[in-house]
Amino acid sequence: MKIGIIKFGGSNCDLDVYKSLTNLGISCDQVWYKESLSDFDAVIIPGGFSYGDYLRAGALAARTEIMSSVCKMSMEGKPILGICNGAQILSEAKLVPGTFTTNAYPKFICKWVKLRVTGTSIFTDRSREIIDIPIAHKEGRYVVDKKTLQEMYDNDQVIFKYVDDNGLPSTDANPNGSIDNIAGISNVEGNVLAMMPHPERASDALLGSTDGIAIFQSMANYLGKF
Amino acid sequence: MLYHANITIKLKKGMLDPEATTIKKALKHLGYNCDNLKTAILYELEFEAESKDKAKGLANEMCLKLLANPIIHDYSIELQH
Repeated sequence: MKIGIIKFGGSNCDLDVYKSLTNLGISCDQVWYKESLSDFDAVIIPGGFSYGDYLRAGALAARTEIMSSVCKMSMEGKPILGICNGAQILSEAKLVPGTFTTNAYPKFICKWVKLRVTGTSIFTDRSREIIDIPIAHKEGRYVVDKKTLQEMYDNDQVIFKYVDDNGLPSTDANPNGSIDNIAGISNVEGNVLAMMPHPERASDALLGSTDGIAIFQSMANYLGKF
Repeated sequence: MLYHANITIKLKKGMLDPEATTIKKALKHLGYNCDNLKTAILYELEFEAESKDKAKGLANEMCLKLLANPIIHDYSIELQH
C-alpha cells in the first residue's frame, strides 16, 4: 500500500507530508503532476501555491490531467486528502462541495487553531475530539450556499470546525470568516477530505502538537497498513 | 471570423469582498470618500468563431469551465467582431 503525494509547480508542503508519513512508517512517494498515479492506493494533495495561485487558488491545478486520475480514484473509494492548497484544488475540481476564498480580513493568517471533529470520515475515526493544528492561508474562507450546506450536515460531510478554548465554534475562534466556522469537509462517501489546516505541521512534538498524526494514521489504517 | 471578447468576472451580489473593503479604506486614508466600491477582473481575449452566437457560446463555456467560479462569481461577456 502506498500513498502518492502530488507535487504541482508551486506546491511546497509535499516534503513535510512525506516526512510525517515516513516517520509513521507509512509507505509514500512524491509524484510530479505529469506522472502516473497507477502505483498508488491513496493520494494526498499538499499545501503551497500551485500555479502561483493564479486565477484562483487551486483553479489551474484542479484542471490538470492528473486530477482525472484523482477523480477516478475517488470514485473507487480510495482515500484522497487535500491539505490547504490541496483543499482548494479538491473544491475547484468539484470533488467536495463549496469553495475556499479570500479570508474575511484579507491577509495571510498563520497561527495555531483548535479544531473540533464534527463529522465521520476515513481520516477521523481515530482522532481526538478537539485537536491543535496550525493554519497558514489567505484564501481559507469556506463558502457554500445554504441548501448545499444543509445537505452536507444531513450527509455528515462537515468534518472540522474552528473552535475556541471551550470547544465552541465562536466568532472569535473563526480565523477567516468561513461559514459556520468550517475548516474541513468531505464528499458524501467520506473518502475525500479537504481541510485548510496543516496536519503535517502537527506531527512532531518539537513543532508543538502531534494531533495531526491521527489523521494520517486513520488514512493508513483504512488502507490496511496496520 | 476573429472575435474580441471582454469578459468581466465579479463577485455575486451580497458576497463579502474583503479586498474592496481594504481598498476603500486606503482611498479614504488618501482623502477620497467612496461608496459601493467593488472589485472585478477583466479578461481580454481573441478567438475564432463561425458566428457571434457561436462566439458567445464559446466565451460562456470558458467562463463556466475556468474563468469564473459559479459558487461566488457572476460574469458578463462583451463581444466585438
